[in-house]
Amino acid sequence: MATQRIMVVAESFGGVALPVSLELLTKARQLAPTVEAVTWGDDTAAQLGEYGATKVYTVGDLGAALPGVPVAAAIAALIEQGGAPDAILIPATYDGRDIAGRLSAKLDRSVLTNVVGLEAGLVSEHAIFGGTEVLKARFTGAAPAIFVVRAKSFAAEAADGADAPEVVAVDVPDQGASNGAVVTERHVEERTGPKLDEAAVVVSGGRGLGEAGRYQLIEDLAKLLHGAPGASRAIVDAGWVPYAYQVGQTGKTVKPTVYIAAGISGATQHMVGMKGAKNIVAINKDEEAPIFSIADLGIVGDVGKVLPKLIEALKARG
Amino acid sequence: MNIAVCVKQVPDTSSPGRLDPSSHTLDRAGKLMLDPSDEYGVEMALQLITAAGGGQVTLVSMAPHNEVSGLRTALAMGADKAILVSDDALQGTDALGTAKVLAKALQRVNADLILAATESTDGYTGTLPVQVAELLGLPSVTFAKRVRVEGGNVLVDRQTEAGYDEVTCPLPALVTVTAGVVEPRYPSFKGIMAAKSRPIEQLTVADLDLSPDQVGWSGAGQEVVSVEPAEARQAGEIVVDEGDGHERIVAFLEQLKVI
Repeated sequence: MATQRIMVVAESFGGVALPVSLELLTKARQLAPTVEAVTWGDDTAAQLGEYGATKVYTVGDLGAALPGVPVAAAIAALIEQGGAPDAILIPATYDGRDIAGRLSAKLDRSVLTNVVGLEAGLVSEHAIFGGTEVLKARFTGAAPAIFVVRAKSFAAEAADGADAPEVVAVDVPDQGASNGAVVTERHVEERTGPKLDEAAVVVSGGRGLGEAGRYQLIEDLAKLLHGAPGASRAIVDAGWVPYAYQVGQTGKTVKPTVYIAAGISGATQHMVGMKGAKNIVAINKDEEAPIFSIADLGIVGDVGKVLPKLIEALKARG
Repeated sequence: MNIAVCVKQVPDTSSPGRLDPSSHTLDRAGKLMLDPSDEYGVEMALQLITAAGGGQVTLVSMAPHNEVSGLRTALAMGADKAILVSDDALQGTDALGTAKVLAKALQRVNADLILAATESTDGYTGTLPVQVAELLGLPSVTFAKRVRVEGGNVLVDRQTEAGYDEVTCPLPALVTVTAGVVEPRYPSFKGIMAAKSRPIEQLTVADLDLSPDQVGWSGAGQEVVSVEPAEARQAGEIVVDEGDGHERIVAFLEQLKVI
């Protein structure tokens, strides 16, 4: 049966839709004639309409609640009233994953996560084993198919001649104890320079740097290249840099023009987040490191020696 | 205070994974080990019990072939007991089916707090803990990088895209912890010896009051269509640094017009 209607969970931050929300709307438009969005918090309906949402369901201000429980409850209520869409596309963000898990259990529907591609017939693509193999999957049960999609899986393109969407306020049924978590304070970790997931050049450091203090080399090199510094999970876990720097499965997905991996061996966890880079430079002292299998230029050497010279050479160029 | 920790036993994470060519499920025929990402939940549970002045840590796991080696590792770290659900009927179970199994097993524990990793190292679906919370009607806080228990609440620093949120959640609740939230201890020799006598309750699907169509292949709401090698990246140039590695990088960046 042809896909008729797709619902997109459209997360926003600071009053604008996340790029991944617009990417999902764009893909939904290619797969189904009717595309709807579900949103909460700030009003982004006009923007969602530009990318093809004809109807925007808004859950409104969630106050201090975490989005997972109320947004999933609102979607379940919509489905109870108006029937299930063929598919629900959810961004692979922290809150998106919460919503997907809650919704899956509430509707008793399976969920496919880490989606990096979607084809007609609602067949999803997943990069497995560090991106060395592509697995395609589909749902076998009743609608809706719930897909959790990684950022940058699709390009976002505005729809031609889109009308302003119909905006519908949705009530959240009381969820009792399960909605008991309350945010008491929000902390924003400031960083300077281009954003990690938008920068044309990303320079990431890993355990091979040897010690936390050497991460300064990564910061310096990123600055010289007008890029953003990133990190492997290993050094984030070790507390060398904040989580916001992490590139990989549980961190950011980046697709820069150039990605420089310094002292990163190339664990599956990391490769999934950066193998879409147009050009990859890897520096690692272990010639067997998996990162070299996807590098366009690989330097087998000590990052502690190569990076300072590279920085000096770039500074000398002015 | 009683804490339950959901733990997964996974194929050796240092060797590359493999799919069973006929079933397209992850090959779990070999020896399994405690998922390294679960060591953080176990350690966190042990620390919270110490801070609370007492209580029990119960492991809950689902695995094929009555596998217990990963559970023994966590018991050797200091967990008190374990529940293992193992049944041939569970082959092919998807994340939601697994959540149903674990939720039923967790109901036997009656824990104040349930801990889990944010995702497993082998399948990394990342939705299971929240599915469990929903099935049990519990609140959940995911991606915790700091966890404390105070006056009937769990206080969590939760990672966000922009930084982190401080979250307060009444118990009972489920919390997923990120790697690095605590430093997992190594099992001591004494712990390893003690673990051998700690109880592991083994259950089947029938013990859990679940109908067979909710789990296994018949309960799975998804199927694999195909598995193909990914388009390989063009093989690059790998050179050994002879003191000129930086020059190669500069030349490469010039060629790309990045500098």
